[in-house]
Amino acid sequence: MNGFWTVCKRELKGYFATPVAYVFLVIFLFFSGYLTFKRGFFEAGQADMWLFFSNLPLLFVFMVPSTAMRLWSEERRSGSIELLMSLPITVSQAVLGKFVAAWLFIGIALVLTFPMPITVCYLGDPDVGLIITGYVGGFLMAGGFLAIGCFFSAVTKSQVISFILAVVTCAVFVYAGMPTTLNYLSTFLPTGMLEAVESMSLQVHYESIQRGVLEFKDLSYFVLLIVCWIVGCCIVLEERKAS
Amino acid sequence: MISVKDLRRRFGSIIAVDGISFDVNQGEVLGFLGPNGAGKTTAMRMLACFLPPDSGTATVCGYDILREPIKVRESLGYLAENAPAYNDMTVGSFLSFICDARRINGKGRKEALDRIASLCSIESVYHQTIETLSKGYKRRVGLAQALIHDPPVLILDEPTDGLDPNQKHEVRQLISRMAKDKCIIISTHILEEVEAVCTRAIIIDRGKILVDSTPEQLKQKHQTGLDDIFRKITQRSA
Repeated sequence: MNGFWTVCKRELKGYFATPVAYVFLVIFLFFSGYLTFKRGFFEAGQADMWLFFSNLPLLFVFMVPSTAMRLWSEERRSGSIELLMSLPITVSQAVLGKFVAAWLFIGIALVLTFPMPITVCYLGDPDVGLIITGYVGGFLMAGGFLAIGCFFSAVTKSQVISFILAVVTCAVFVYAGMPTTLNYLSTFLPTGMLEAVESMSLQVHYESIQRGVLEFKDLSYFVLLIVCWIVGCCIVLEERKAS
Repeated sequence: MISVKDLRRRFGSIIAVDGISFDVNQGEVLGFLGPNGAGKTTAMRMLACFLPPDSGTATVCGYDILREPIKVRESLGYLAENAPAYNDMTVGSFLSFICDARRINGKGRKEALDRIASLCSIESVYHQTIETLSKGYKRRVGLAQALIHDPPVLILDEPTDGLDPNQKHEVRQLISRMAKDKCIIISTHILEEVEAVCTRAIIIDRGKILVDSTPEQLKQKHQTGLDDIFRKITQRSA
């Protein structure tokens, strides 16, 4: 446990020691607000945050891999991984420590969107439960993307390559569940396969949480997604740390 | 305190370390000599549990490097080649991070930090970020990191590389001072260093141990300086 907290603490501090954190926060907050109002927040005339949450997948597809890309590539490129791995810290502690630190950081970014719910509460009488599950869904989705980003960051020493691979993979997970994709796939895939693709898609589970119900199948989907990619990251790192 | 048994490691078709075995006891300073690419760094990385061996094993303070890597790392101070560190941290916060990782807390932490800062003469750069440091200071920070928990076993990969003559002298004195109650392995290609600090020398080339002796015995046997002996032994094997 000590190793986990040590890595987590250092990593979280590291975000704020460099401009990375501030650049990320400013861009994220700007676009999350901008897209919401541009797509007709006032015109809709409804006191809810549906528009805000529906933009999150698109934003996170780009923003989350950009925080995840440096986690291990940087460590391997600069050689500091040799220092880290000569301390009494196991690979899994280090991987989890970095992952949780990055996840907390995204959590901070989500918390900083608080003017949005305040605005909605001021303008009308929204369903608070729906807003809370919306945030839970957003946070879980960020965790999934982060785990994917973490894995690709361990695969290559180049941050650019790890970023691109992570964005593409995250996009596949999101767009596999979009109605347009599913319509197209239904023209040649059997129903069973189509359902499989749909249930693998992050979008479907995210939207299901956005409806205000935390179902076991959605929660377990995100947990499984995170666990699988993190375990993959540990295996890859164990294999490649010295190369 | 260190016991190495038939350690082997290959990278693709290159055999980096080819079945080396030796023991090092408390009070000994073992100099690991060899030309570039001889397998010194690979051997040290395996002892520091950074790189798993293909076959063979080693124990450090009685802990097996394959079965109890965490225990090994706890009892070990390791300075890797090029002294890697987190460049965006200040020296102080970096050493605090090492204290966190090594569970040095409370009063002990302050004592450890004070002791190490004066021992490695890094007080003047304590609040600077590591990326702004010169090569010599960076290496001293690396040394501080390896010594902060006062480990019984030290593995130092080229500890004086990049230091100026004064700093080299200081580091050698530091190693000599610590020598009697620790077990130390240093790798180097500077032969005068071996004469200055080592009680024993192992010459390794192409992953094999060619000579395991003391610097004095070597000189007596060959009736010449260490430079010549080194050249004679490693070129003969080429």
